[in-house]
Order: sequence, then C-alpha cells, then structure tokens
Amino acid sequence: MTNDELKALVFRELKKIAPETDPDQIDPDLDMREQIDLDSMDILNLMIAIHAATGVEIPEADYPKLSTLATCISYLTSHGA
Amino acid sequence: MPSLGADMDAGTILEWLVKPGDSIKRGDIITVVDTEKATIEVEVFQTGIIDKILIPVGEKVPVGTPLAMIREEERAEAPLEVAKPSAAPPKPEVVPKPIPVRSVPIPTPIARPAPVQPLQPVAPAQARLRISPLAMRMALKLKVDLSSLKGTGPGGAICKADIERAVKAAAAPAVAKPVPAAPAERLTAMRRVIASAMARSKREIPHYYLGTTIDMNPTMAWLQSENLKRSINDRILYSVLLLKAVALALRRVPELNGFFIDGAAKPSDGIHVGVAISLRGGGLIAPAIHDVDKMNLDEIMRHLRDLVNRVRAGVLRSSEIADATITVTSLGEQGVESVFGVIYPPQVALVGFGKILERPWAINGMIGVRQVVMASLSGDHRVSDGRRGGLFLSSIAGLLQEPQKL
Repeated sequence: MTNDELKALVFRELKKIAPETDPDQIDPDLDMREQIDLDSMDILNLMIAIHAATGVEIPEADYPKLSTLATCISYLTSHGA
Repeated sequence: MPSLGADMDAGTILEWLVKPGDSIKRGDIITVVDTEKATIEVEVFQTGIIDKILIPVGEKVPVGTPLAMIREEERAEAPLEVAKPSAAPPKPEVVPKPIPVRSVPIPTPIARPAPVQPLQPVAPAQARLRISPLAMRMALKLKVDLSSLKGTGPGGAICKADIERAVKAAAAPAVAKPVPAAPAERLTAMRRVIASAMARSKREIPHYYLGTTIDMNPTMAWLQSENLKRSINDRILYSVLLLKAVALALRRVPELNGFFIDGAAKPSDGIHVGVAISLRGGGLIAPAIHDVDKMNLDEIMRHLRDLVNRVRAGVLRSSEIADATITVTSLGEQGVESVFGVIYPPQVALVGFGKILERPWAINGMIGVRQVVMASLSGDHRVSDGRRGGLFLSSIAGLLQEPQKL
C-alpha cells in the first residue's frame, strides 16, 4: 500500500471510532490517543482494523510505535503493508 | 414505556421491530426507545404474540404507558383448573395484556462525579449520533458516512430510509448536503440527568472513601505473556482483570453489591458490574455486564468490547441500563492517579481505578520499580463500614497477585 492509501485507511478507521475526527486537524507528529481522545479499547479496535486491512502483525508491545500518524504509517510500511 | 432509570420521565418510540401477529419470546428486542441519554433496545420479559401496537413511532409517552398488547395463549396441554366437563374442547383463553414494564428499582446509570468528568477535547457540539440500530447496522455494512447524513426520523434520528437514500445518492452524482451537527441539546439533557442523579447521591448517601495502592506487576506480566500468545483479535485489556477481581471480591463482601431502597439494604444475588464508559462529545453511561463473577476473562472481554462499541454507536439494551449492582470507573486512561467517585443511587458502592504507574516500591526490605494502581472505594455508610470496605479492597489486591486464577 502507498503512504496515501495507508493514511486513508487509518483515517477511515479513526472515523469509525470517533465520527467527529477531521483528518485535516490531525497533527501527524502528535499522539493520536490524545488528539482524538482514544481509550485502550479504541486503540485495540484500531489495531485490529489495521491488521485486518494490511495483514501486518502488531504485537502488543509495539502499540506505542504506532501512536502518531507518522510513526504508524512508517511502522506499517517497514512491516510490509 | 419501561423506566430505564429513576430520572427518566418519558421516552420516544424510534422503531418497532415487531408487528401484530409476530411471536415473541422472553429476551427479544421488540422496540427501540430514545431517552435523554441513549437509544435503548427494549427487551420483552414475556413470551406470546404481539396483539396490538398502541404507541406509534415518533410518539413520546411517559414512563408506565402501555406500548403494546401481548397475547398470551394458555398452554393447550396444561389442564385447565376451571374447565367444566364439556363435549367441546376447552377454548384457549386469550388474554391481552400490556407489555410487562419491569419494575426497575435501579435508576439511570450515571455514576461518575461531575467534577472529575473529563472534558472531551473534540467538537463538543457533535454529541452522540441519533440513529436507529437497524440504520446503524446498515450503515456499517454499506459503509455509509454517517457524519454527512441528516436524519428524518423522530427527533432527527437517522433511520433506515435515510441510509437507503444515502446509498442511492452515493450511486448518483449529487451535491453534498451541509453536515448537520448532532443535537447539542442531547448533551444538555445528559448533563441534566447526571446532575440529578449525582445531586441525589450526595444528598442521600453518606459516602465514605477508602484507597489502597495495588502492586500490578504480577497482573501486567501475566497479561503481557498471555497476549503474546494470542492473535490480535483475542487479546484482552487489563481492565478485564480489574472487573473480574472486583466481581470475585464482592462475593467476599456481598453487602457492597446491591441497593439501598426504601430505607433498607437489598444485596443482590447476581453480580452485575456497571462499567462507566464516556461518550464521545461528553457525558457518560454505565451499562452493566451481567454475572461477571461467573465469566472467564475472554467472556468478559467479549462483553466489554460489545458494550463499548454499542455505547459508542448509541445503542443499549434495557437490561444493561437497569441492572448494574455496582459501578466501576477507571479514569486512569485520562492520566489521573486516583478517583473517588460518587455512588450511583440506589447502588451502594463504586470502585475507582487510576492510572497504572511505575513507582519505587519496597518489598521484602528492598526497593524496586513496580507498576502500581490506586484502587478506591466509595461506600454507602448506611450499608457497610470502613472495615468491610477495607476487606473488599484488600481482596481485590490479593486477587490481582494471582492473575492466572482469575
């Protein structure tokens, strides 16, 4: 997947969790959890959705590596998404 | 119209899922009601046949109003006690009766103190979406963007027809309509309900508060290794272990589980844990997971996920709203170290968990870094006292030292 496709995927899943999410308002270098007020269930649902769409295995210990939009995209890219 | 909380005066019928002539059985969801807090799927507590719908979609009626008539056919095989000897077979008697409105002694599940209510940083005007459950299922299936939909159902709720229109419109090039903000009055109404329940609690319940710091290393280490073995879909959250520990500790201190009604403590046999879940856009709701003490961790996780998803989608069931026998709130995700909550009447206790923190911790005369969590109890002093409350908290702490047994 291209970076843009991955971004679109993350936005789509964020929108499902938090319908009020405005992609233009997300700072790619800030923690998504804080920007969008996600709790641990939201994060787990996001990881499950990303895994389902990309096939990338994301161990629990790696969740922090996907905490910002930028690190999330680079993690997925480097893991073959 | 069932009472889905002591502070609920009326509800609006959003949708009927049955029609006259339909067979229904206990537990079936027959109608969807909109209250000030959420969209509630109303379960029926009786088996029979829908005889007549009395209240049409869109109508708002006070609590206690019969919504429909259920025909209850007497079992043909059962001998009729009053049947007189007769050549003709006894006719089954048909008794139409109103939908049983379960007398619910439990009020609205609003159980977190307003002062510690976290402000939602994002778009407070966009409160919960008003949408019927059927429409929500269709929207998810057909991938309809709900944020751009204008509902035409009662109170502006999005209904099946709106989704169908949106799907058609998406097929044809169309000018996007301006996005309507979900009604801000919903938020105001919810704050009013929370205010009422919490003011009643502080007025009537003599709270006592206890707190203890629990070593979470065994729990977190066990959970980490357990989740490592699991696929992402089967992983469990640590809050599931906290819920199970609370439920098991309640078996040891049962007076904390139940209600205080009409001047008397009424402990509950079932342990139905209300989980405080914040709503996007503000407010919160604490629906129950039933019989938590009897479930394994996977089952609790499944129920918790289902509940959170449905709370976020704004669809709850009447039994979940009405049944909580204690409430657990975990504000740790917002970063606070401890929470001393306001009991949700007529419940008699509330358990709070703060953030899991790494702290220097002395154990066996040595100092090490441990993960710890502050657990608190708000107890109703009319029902329990500090000694029993302390036993309850230390039971939770003890249970969390052996997570493999939870």
